[in-house]
Amino acid sequence: MTVLASRTSTTETRSKQALGVTFSQLGRSFGAAGARQVVLRDITVDVKAGEILAILGTSGCGKSTLLRAAAGLDIPDTGAVLIDGTPVNGIDERCAVAFQEPRLLPWHTLQANVAIGLPKTSSASAGKAKVLELLDLVGLDRFAKHRPREVSGGMAQRTSLARALARNPGVLLLDEPFGALDALTRIRMQDLLLEIHQAQPTTVLLVTHDVDEALQLADRILVLGRRDDDGPGYTISELVSVPGERPRDRNSAELGALRSSLLRMLGVTGH
Amino acid sequence: MSGLIGTGSTPVNQQGPDGSEAGRTPAPSRPAGRAVNRLSAVLIGLIVPAALLVAWHISTETGYFSPAELQSPRAVGTAAVELLNRGELLNHILISTQRVLIGFLAGAALGVVFGALLGLSRIADLLLTPTVGAIRAVPSLAWVPLLILWIGINEDSKVTLILIGAFFPVFTTLYLGLRHVDRNLVEAGRAFGLKGIRLLTTVQLPAVVPALFSGLRLALAQSWLFLVAAELIASSMGLGFLLIDSQNNGRVDRILLAIILLAVIGKTTDALLGLAERWAVRRWA
Repeated sequence: MTVLASRTSTTETRSKQALGVTFSQLGRSFGAAGARQVVLRDITVDVKAGEILAILGTSGCGKSTLLRAAAGLDIPDTGAVLIDGTPVNGIDERCAVAFQEPRLLPWHTLQANVAIGLPKTSSASAGKAKVLELLDLVGLDRFAKHRPREVSGGMAQRTSLARALARNPGVLLLDEPFGALDALTRIRMQDLLLEIHQAQPTTVLLVTHDVDEALQLADRILVLGRRDDDGPGYTISELVSVPGERPRDRNSAELGALRSSLLRMLGVTGH
Repeated sequence: MSGLIGTGSTPVNQQGPDGSEAGRTPAPSRPAGRAVNRLSAVLIGLIVPAALLVAWHISTETGYFSPAELQSPRAVGTAAVELLNRGELLNHILISTQRVLIGFLAGAALGVVFGALLGLSRIADLLLTPTVGAIRAVPSLAWVPLLILWIGINEDSKVTLILIGAFFPVFTTLYLGLRHVDRNLVEAGRAFGLKGIRLLTTVQLPAVVPALFSGLRLALAQSWLFLVAAELIASSMGLGFLLIDSQNNGRVDRILLAIILLAVIGKTTDALLGLAERWAVRRWA
């Protein structure tokens, strides 16, 4: 994978620019009228352009909902998401999503699946070149003509990441993209993400429930939690900056202390 | 990376195999083995028809059935040659096949359009599904008197009846198939800016191709069913006409001939569609 680093530096797939994201007073409830369940409330945070923000929380706390609001896949009940100052209204072209599952079209080759991510404006030849370049970037150039079912889960997930990058996104939205992978593959994918981020500086919102993943990848970590004292649902219980330049030493004492306090916030004690 | 390639257990093919043989992961490395298997499959499938033919032959030659009840295979063959020489048999076959093809294609096309519309548009679904359900509940032969009065006894009324018969299987399978397309795939398509016709052709239609072909095969069988119904009721040509005409003339040999021809042609057209289905399932599933 170290070969990739040198390749990425020559790549032409740089995004136009990374875009800042602002969540402003965002709230969302689900359920039928009369029995609405508040999931998110009062989410206000500024994500700087080019920043990697990890969104951490227990399951069911609305992490994915927050991400989907940024993508325009979900409409908040109150508040808004602004990208580069303009509100998200419907599916937003400035964003690209990679989901927890690869969600590839099984009847297409990996190459054709990545091509689905291309912006509408790209020409056929430029698009094809870009797709091949991205497959090369995620180490799948030899598998361009394979179908999703013919490759492993990790390879499918890398294809999904390449599809998101094909969009040239100002904001890259990752919804637990490595959650279903085995531990070794996950570490490789995290390294790959950092390489890509370095070569193509985009803003990244990374939803995860893995504290170590957040510590390894993020500039800042947003913890969603309950504050029963002032209302129902989940809101920002903590927003911490992660010290140190990436790649970070997974065993440093500083990160260890932060890990313990994050786990405590998530309700896990004794670590 | 060997560990990566080995862990193919994650469900990456959201479109699970539909249980049919062609739905399995293709094994292109053994084409010869496949060909032999298919040939032997055909041969095994011919055992029962051959046995029936022999039993038929014996039962008529030994006089177990009188010729008025059941004519021998030889007599049926003679009747076929006679009709062929008079130039009638080929006409019957061609006109019947033509009616089926036109009715089937038109009905299937309408079934695709309505199935897609009602399967995808919530408003169209709410507005039209009860009506379509009620129309489907009408036994299709109940349309015959109306068709004859409105359209008359001609090609159009026959083709229209076949169209009705072919419409519903395609409509129903496509409608239900589209409502069960993996929501995650559709959402992924939407997240990448696909909508409307492009979402339909990129994600939704390919996802229902296997279901669509099941519907098409049912529709083709229905088309032959309604062809014979239409021709029995009012016609001057075609295999259904041959049946009713032979009944009136007491020609059991020709009745048997028509039945055998319907079986053979029906099975052949179904097999051709089956070939297209195998290809499509391998391409899209």
